[in-house]
Amino acid sequence: MKALLALEDGRTFACRSFTGPGEASGEVVFNTSMTGYQEILTDPSYYGQMVTMTYPLIGNYGVNSEDIESNRIQVPAFIVKEYQDYPSNFRSKGTLADYLIKGHVLGIEDLDTRALTRHIRKSGAMRAAISTSDLDPDSLVKKARQVPAMQGSDLVAFVTTKKPYFWKYNQPDYVNADSLSSNFVWRHRGKKFSVVALDFGIKYNIIRCLERAGCEVLTVPAKTSAKVIKGLQPDGIFLSNGPGDPEPVTYAVDTIKQLLGFAPIFGICLGMQLLGMAMGGKTLKIKFGHRGANQPVKNLATGKVEITAQNHGFAVDLNSLKDNASALTHINLNEDSLEGIHDEALKAFAVQYHPEASPGPHDAAYLFNQFAKVMTHAKA
Amino acid sequence: MPKRNDIKKILIIGAGPIIISQACEFDYSGTQACKALKEEGFEVILINSNPATIMTDPETADRIYIEPVTPDTLCKVIRAERPDAILPTLGGQTALNTAIEAAKTGIFEEYNVEMIGASIEAINKAEDRELFRNAMNKIGLRIPKSGFAHNFAEVEAVAQKIGFPLIVRPSFTLGGTGGGVAYNAEELNRVAKSGLDASLISQIQLEESVLGWKEYELEVMRDHADNVVIICSIENVDAMGVHTGDSITVAPIQTLSDKEYQVLRDASIAIIREIGVDTGGSNVQFAVNPENGDIIVVEMNPRVSRSSALASKATGFPIAKIAAKLAVGYTLDEIPNDITGETMACFEPSIDYCVVKIPRWTFEKFPEAQDVLTTAMKSVGETMAIGRTFKEAFQKGLRSLEIGRAGFGADGKDHLPDSLAGNDLEYKLSTPNSQRLFYIKYALKHNMPITMLHELTHIDPWFLHQMRQIVELENQIKLAGKNLPKNLLEKAKKYGFSDQQLAHLTKLTEKQVEQERKDLGIVPVYKLVDTCAAEFRAVTPYYYSTYESECEARVSDRKKVIILGGGPNRIGQGIEFDYCCVHASFALKEEGVESIMVNSNPETVSTDYDTSDKLYFEPLTHEDVLHIVEKEKPFGVIVQFGGQTPLNLATGLHKAGVPIIGTSPESIDRAEDRDLFQAMMDKLGLLQPENGIAHSYDEALAVARDIGYPVMVRPSFVLGGRAMKIVYDENDLEEFFDLAVQASPDKPVLIDKFLEEAFELDVDAISDGETTVIGGMMEHIEEAGIHSGDSACVLPPYSIAPQHIDEMADAAKAIAKELNVKGLMNIQFGIMNDKVYVIEVNPRASRTIPFVSKAIGVPLAKLATKVMLGKTLKELGFTTQVIPAYYCVKEAVMPFDRFENVDPVLGPEMKSTGEVMGIDKDLGAAVAKAQFAAGQKLPESGTVFISVQDKDKMAALPVAKDFYDMGFTIMATRGTAAFFEENQVPATPVKKVSAGRPHVVDAVKNKEIQLILNTGATSQTQRDGYEIRRAAIKYKIPYATTTDGTRAILSAIKALKKERLSVKPIQEYHKQNV
Repeated sequence: MKALLALEDGRTFACRSFTGPGEASGEVVFNTSMTGYQEILTDPSYYGQMVTMTYPLIGNYGVNSEDIESNRIQVPAFIVKEYQDYPSNFRSKGTLADYLIKGHVLGIEDLDTRALTRHIRKSGAMRAAISTSDLDPDSLVKKARQVPAMQGSDLVAFVTTKKPYFWKYNQPDYVNADSLSSNFVWRHRGKKFSVVALDFGIKYNIIRCLERAGCEVLTVPAKTSAKVIKGLQPDGIFLSNGPGDPEPVTYAVDTIKQLLGFAPIFGICLGMQLLGMAMGGKTLKIKFGHRGANQPVKNLATGKVEITAQNHGFAVDLNSLKDNASALTHINLNEDSLEGIHDEALKAFAVQYHPEASPGPHDAAYLFNQFAKVMTHAKA
Repeated sequence: MPKRNDIKKILIIGAGPIIISQACEFDYSGTQACKALKEEGFEVILINSNPATIMTDPETADRIYIEPVTPDTLCKVIRAERPDAILPTLGGQTALNTAIEAAKTGIFEEYNVEMIGASIEAINKAEDRELFRNAMNKIGLRIPKSGFAHNFAEVEAVAQKIGFPLIVRPSFTLGGTGGGVAYNAEELNRVAKSGLDASLISQIQLEESVLGWKEYELEVMRDHADNVVIICSIENVDAMGVHTGDSITVAPIQTLSDKEYQVLRDASIAIIREIGVDTGGSNVQFAVNPENGDIIVVEMNPRVSRSSALASKATGFPIAKIAAKLAVGYTLDEIPNDITGETMACFEPSIDYCVVKIPRWTFEKFPEAQDVLTTAMKSVGETMAIGRTFKEAFQKGLRSLEIGRAGFGADGKDHLPDSLAGNDLEYKLSTPNSQRLFYIKYALKHNMPITMLHELTHIDPWFLHQMRQIVELENQIKLAGKNLPKNLLEKAKKYGFSDQQLAHLTKLTEKQVEQERKDLGIVPVYKLVDTCAAEFRAVTPYYYSTYESECEARVSDRKKVIILGGGPNRIGQGIEFDYCCVHASFALKEEGVESIMVNSNPETVSTDYDTSDKLYFEPLTHEDVLHIVEKEKPFGVIVQFGGQTPLNLATGLHKAGVPIIGTSPESIDRAEDRDLFQAMMDKLGLLQPENGIAHSYDEALAVARDIGYPVMVRPSFVLGGRAMKIVYDENDLEEFFDLAVQASPDKPVLIDKFLEEAFELDVDAISDGETTVIGGMMEHIEEAGIHSGDSACVLPPYSIAPQHIDEMADAAKAIAKELNVKGLMNIQFGIMNDKVYVIEVNPRASRTIPFVSKAIGVPLAKLATKVMLGKTLKELGFTTQVIPAYYCVKEAVMPFDRFENVDPVLGPEMKSTGEVMGIDKDLGAAVAKAQFAAGQKLPESGTVFISVQDKDKMAALPVAKDFYDMGFTIMATRGTAAFFEENQVPATPVKKVSAGRPHVVDAVKNKEIQLILNTGATSQTQRDGYEIRRAAIKYKIPYATTTDGTRAILSAIKALKKERLSVKPIQEYHKQNV
């Protein structure tokens, strides 16, 4: 079915929908990972973003029930060069098209996704609209311009969990909000590290990695107060990834400020940006973001390079933390941007990239053990 | 860690001659490494016996030894050069083995030479099966279970350990027979019995069967600081059981999810660490069970490989160059990524296109060999294609193959059976073979379900579905016919259909399709290969075509020239032509002209993005080349360097108004067209062997009678002496006439007088239309009748009378002038009964140009390029022939050990895959060096077995006497032995194979024979001689099959007995010519 993609700057791409009729809008971003589309689709950090995969053939290995990063598809639309309707993989349970249709998400193909990517690289990520019914470029460009800007919007509110949950049988095990009132909520107290994860849009694989590192993770809504968290007497606090601009998520920054020094803190992606702000830093929007599975990050302590998965359009401004006691731990090899911070005294550290990968390489998985180590030291 | 300062001089080992499984990819990696290390200020020393390489160009390394790549030579070079370090990981398995053998002598310790790249320990750990098994087990991975058995008790015990199904492989068989798959104990009994019988040492290997598992490869790099990155992932379309070199492969991996891919990535990293490859690249191969994802490690190569060359071309990441820099101390994060200029080499390329590699086989050259693909590689070359979809890349790859196909069939050459039951279809699908793809197509045409096709081929359904989509579109196009709607035409181009296919399907002409398409605005765009999927700006102009909206080709307004490369390697067209194309590019650079390379061969230096100003990785077809010409609007196109492939395009391009520079297409035609050529010979007063044309057997009979036997019978319009035969009498004429007709149906058969026992010479010359200079004259060692590509030859000639030399030089000059040659020209002469005959003229670069250039120290292809741009030879300062004061011997390297059942005799049809060069002031020593370089380990004592035909006995006598006088024992078959005895040469008689045991092959097996001289193979002597020659190959005993070859080996052994072979760099030799 014919479709049209219109960008806010007026450029349009004729294409086809492979999921039937529909209309969608959001910010268009590209991801250079060659595998892992199902994880990307379900990653809450992509909330409000229409993702185009730079690898042209998508759908090859179908979808399954395991490679999910949240309980639903998060992107409003998915943009590929050539959709593959005949998946082949021993774990495949269905086609990507059916998966998208079931999630009411538009999938389009048969457009020059490399041209789209180059355009975004040169002009920056931008708002866009896709439609199978409105094929008039002028009208659709207008719709693209009506999409709320990502900068200044609190997108965390849309993706954070409504109820706290533990992790059981590889899925959330919800508990009542009022059970957070005491530390009796923990089920493995003393045997595992009690970790509260503030959910700004957490990927399931982070929880899986923390659990594997010996943690019992209690994921709580983003607006959970510092007082409640302190009452849970956690061994560590985890600040999750999440979508969009950190600036408007002021409530989280306030919470984190109050938690600094209370227990070891580990943050990933948006979690690092919020931690940075809590420590007095500033954030900025970067032109077209880092989204892919091949970003080289140098660990300044060891000198070794990790190939990392990344997904962010905002970052902590390196200069804003210059006078802070916090130490730079990781930098991006390609452009010297800030990838990791560590405040020894506050026992807080965070990285901009995704050690939980999914999709992506496992080079940075050691960070979860590092968190466990910090918690062990703090306990002793 | 920055560059090491404690080493200054580095010795690099090259791969030697092109053989099956070791082709020009090692020239590509070696050249990159040499360049990289020179850039870093190291003194680079090189050993390589292959003259057709860019790496042996005097500029590539400081001192280049064109000497045999053997442990012995390596030790000599180490003694002469005293290098600080040796880099053995860039010259294939040959270089690794040579280094390991040399290390055993203790020379590295003696001269304090450090092995960089990979240590002996790491190499052994990767190569030794048991060490490798243990290493893998240690990191929780496994390799296929296996064990040896010598009797049924052992078979049972081993089978118990492995489980069913399992594969039985007899050790040491002639013909690879007797093995098989056993699915149960009963079958095992049967298969094991036949295996034990077939094995010469009554031993079989039982191995866990992973047939049908999916095969994957990862290219890994590691530096001193233990940073590890994956450069490329590759999926084999053919399942386990077909050698990866014979598999169609695709990058990146298509049918694994991220979870499964990351498991392979983690495993690869663990493997390179555990094996202990300190720095550089490695290739890891995995088998994955398609049912459940179980993983087995197939093998690991601790060096750059064919796959790493492919990975480099597929991603734009120069693995060999980076490997060289890592070996001298740099870390990945210190080396910039050339393609982006702004990022570092420490990352993992992301690609936004699909790459398909398809092997090129030459079974047509070996009709006795079975066209079946197994775990032993048989292809001689490969082509790579890039597209935005698999379907596009796949069809581009197929039309790049130079097998006369325009894509995935649909070109009028399909042999569609009437039904699924026809044409052995199921057998052809279930037994991998060079034509299997087309049988898949036929099956799809008959609507065979994917599930069934998958069961038969084990090819992943995803790939089969892609092929089905192509076939479905083909059906639609055919249905639409002449009124092809725009959307269908557009879709067809996106699916990789060529205009030629569309013309066939719509019954329009190719020209009409092209016109209609262009009228509709459907033209290709060019996209960049940039390592990063457009995330960063790319500075290196490396392009491929596709049908999309945005074109990224940056067309400059400089004067530019397009060079058309040679496509995939095959027998008759190899690295020599790529060498010339690369030189053309260098010359253009020197002249300030923009160089644009078009080629489809991923193994080559020409397709290094560094070689030319621009690279178009594209099929070499009329349509694809014309599109590039239309985009770039070059000053000229060079067609005379890339061998037959671009030459075949010349006329069409010329007609389409493309400016061909150098010798005109008309002149090329004049040399190729029989009548025009005859007229020219008459005009110039030159002789050519009597000849005639026959359209029927009766005509052939008449022509042959008229000319007189022996005659040479050959089809017209074919390459490399295809189906060419010498016919001695009327009995044979009919059979060979039929063969010639089969090889080129509907075309006349050419019949020439065969110059029996004539001297044959190759002459390469360069001309600017006015001045003609002889580049080199090469006297063939073998008599006329052996294809010039297979004949050993010597420069300068060693037994030709001066007046004949002058006569040939004059003839060459007259022909060059007559044809107005601008560039290179090759002439073959024959001398018989004191008369000089012109056998063939080719006004283009020949296979011998690199050899001649190395011999005389003059870069002929470069000069020729400058001539094409308008320079005169006078201006270029090359006006007199260089005649070296030393002998240069070229020897051909044959692939007979790869093909069972093939008789290893030489003839008019070319069969060699590569060549080596031996240089020495003494002719015998030069021959000896060439022999060693070609892998013939000449003995200095022992037993020589001589078997000749009656007519050759007189000629063989002095040879036998000389060997006897040197202390060799002479062994011969009864008749020959008696003849020798009668003539005072003592000889031990031995039985022919047909005369009962013990016979000569038993003697070979028992290592009682060190050298085999077996000449005069004709159909009468076939069987006995054949058994001996095959035994020679199997047991790696040096042999000669011609009388002249025998004499050459004699002279070589004489030289060996006189003094030890010395080594000398090519630069020293060239100094003598000044």
